[in-house]
Amino acid sequence: MSAPDPIKSRNSPKAAREAAPRPDKAGPGERQNHRKAARQFLDSPEHAKSHDTRVWAMRQRRDTAAETIDEWEALRDLASQIKTHALTHLDDYLEQFADNAAANGVHVHWAGDAADHNRIVHEIFKDHGVKKVIKSKSMLMEECGFRHYMEGVGIDIVETDLGERIQQLDAEDPSHVVVPSVHKMRSDVAEVFSKTIGSDPDNDDAYYLTEQQRQHTRPLILDADAGMTGANFAVAETGGFVVCTNEGNADLSANVPDLHVASIGIEKIVPKRSDMGVFIRLLSRSALGSPITQYTSHFRSPKPGGEMHIVLVDNGRSKRLGQERFWSSLKCIRCGACMNTCPVFRRSGGLSYGATYTGPLGLILDPSIDAYRYSNLPFASTLNGSCTNVCPVKINIHEQIFEWRKVLAEDDQIPWTKRKTLAAAGEVLANPKSYRTAVKSAHSALKYLPGWAIYNKLNAWGQVRDFPDVPAEGTFHDWYKKNRMPADAATQGDH
Amino acid sequence: MTIGLFVPCFIDAFYPKVGIATLELLERLGCDVAYPFDQTCCGQPMVNAGCHPESAATQQLFVDNFAKYDVIVAPSGSCIHQIRDNLTAIEQTPEVVHVREQSYELVEYLHDVLGVREFPWARFPHRVGYHDSCNTLRNLGHGQPSELAGGYFSKPRTLLETVAGIELVSPARPDECCGFGGTFSVTEPEVSGRMGYDKITDHGAAGAEYIVSADTSCLMHQQGCAKRIGAPVQFKHIAEILNGDAA
Repeated sequence: MSAPDPIKSRNSPKAAREAAPRPDKAGPGERQNHRKAARQFLDSPEHAKSHDTRVWAMRQRRDTAAETIDEWEALRDLASQIKTHALTHLDDYLEQFADNAAANGVHVHWAGDAADHNRIVHEIFKDHGVKKVIKSKSMLMEECGFRHYMEGVGIDIVETDLGERIQQLDAEDPSHVVVPSVHKMRSDVAEVFSKTIGSDPDNDDAYYLTEQQRQHTRPLILDADAGMTGANFAVAETGGFVVCTNEGNADLSANVPDLHVASIGIEKIVPKRSDMGVFIRLLSRSALGSPITQYTSHFRSPKPGGEMHIVLVDNGRSKRLGQERFWSSLKCIRCGACMNTCPVFRRSGGLSYGATYTGPLGLILDPSIDAYRYSNLPFASTLNGSCTNVCPVKINIHEQIFEWRKVLAEDDQIPWTKRKTLAAAGEVLANPKSYRTAVKSAHSALKYLPGWAIYNKLNAWGQVRDFPDVPAEGTFHDWYKKNRMPADAATQGDH
Repeated sequence: MTIGLFVPCFIDAFYPKVGIATLELLERLGCDVAYPFDQTCCGQPMVNAGCHPESAATQQLFVDNFAKYDVIVAPSGSCIHQIRDNLTAIEQTPEVVHVREQSYELVEYLHDVLGVREFPWARFPHRVGYHDSCNTLRNLGHGQPSELAGGYFSKPRTLLETVAGIELVSPARPDECCGFGGTFSVTEPEVSGRMGYDKITDHGAAGAEYIVSADTSCLMHQQGCAKRIGAPVQFKHIAEILNGDAA
């Protein structure tokens, strides 16, 4: 061919590619080190900058979408109230949902935890001789380690969401609840696809890569024995559930095979179908700034000749419902708006959290799953509060992050040295004389070497930024004594 | 009526000019201001890290120093947030409740309580990028955060706009956190530093010669970041501008 391929002509030269960052994830029984993993992500400056830019763009589109709706803040109030009502009457609505689903001809199962979920689904598959499964994106199934479990029992799972498929082929966790591979650049995807589905390693055009994946996955979809979906909402009044995607992949997963299994967290319940009028307006606007997802699919009963199963999963949710300070985190509709607005998430990338749930949402969910493993995460925040303001169901995210710090300190889940340093700081600051002495020594120390009593790791400040100058006039205290106090009083208060 | 002036520890130690400007400005406006001599800190460093009991004695000392005043004013949003919302490690006596309810951050006090709208002595012929600290913006309600729909307002900008010669410029991300975050600045220095560099760069791109804020802790972090990356921007507390301190 003489004419240049218009797709190939948009390639970036291979030499310019920066290797994909691989932040460390804690092993079994270990504590996730967010600082270290974040540093590893930031050590790839092109990736870090691109991630911040792209995720911020989602926040901006969200703002624009919200501004087009006069009653936006009222909608958030309403969504919060509906979720609060549903969660405080969860037992009734769950029974109503299950009864209605059963009446629609759906098999309903109850799973207490992740192991239950995986076993129940496995049994359904065994009953039907299922070996090949296609699924749409589901955070709940991530939470249950579902794909890993199924690999262990010889059942093939194919992700049909593009981002999730990229992550599956790369054997890496999703980094964001809505855009699972947003931390990757096109060149990373080209590399993954070239190694796994045989695409051209030098072609990182987005259209080309998407089409390659599509051509590779379509036969797998047509050949699947069963399809799985999650659910964004489960409607008690009808026993139906709603799945929102932008790729139509949930519809393929649900409709192509004869067997459809939907895994649904018990907190997804809403009372009425009319509630969708509130949540659908909020979900995609909050997530991506689009008025609605490309596909909003309502499932209610099995297709003719087919079979539909719903697995309702608790996995710690009812326990969280009993936690006074943290129960409202169950209102979450997984839009990812808190991640998009979070300045720490945008800089550190989702993989730095080493957890299913990342960003501000992860900070308040993960420690309730494993307090030791995720005890670092509530400290990976500046408590700036923007997450709370973008949350479409008004979860007080930053206040819960603050509360988690308190809980983790009370449970001895913060490092001993940090605790001791803060205790020492507390003693110094509770005593005016010790405080004055500390400031004086800080001033003299700063003239020779960096250091100040409040900071526990003195060099951590200096690693990324300079210390302030020691003021020529001394402290405010000194200035006040010299300029504003009669000589005798100044002598009395001399410390 | 007497104001108890709280000069937070890092302002006392490193930015005495901010304390002096606050004192002088309140006096210019006719306030009777006292400086309790045995003050130290509001207890925020420990609370910010989840260690509430370790903060109790500092909180009690704060109340002992300030309970006798009608109101308490400080040129620091994060400290006032701590006092108002998180001074909870000690028994909530009437003195503690009084201190919590009667504490004001300087801009709030000027804008809401004194209702001042002109500073005829102030002149600042420079391009200024105002830094909304997260505590003043989202916890004290200095303005409408960019992520909330509708109803824009900004108390500090309302005050600054009255200053002769000043030109306010806005960064592309108007209220993005600068990355200080209290103990976060030392527990996650790499992310904190990156946020600081980005913030300064964004202000620089908007043409700011000065970054001005009501939170000195954010400015201390940003100033340290600016020095590290060699950014020419300078820093002032809003009290210094409103008090007419020469640039």
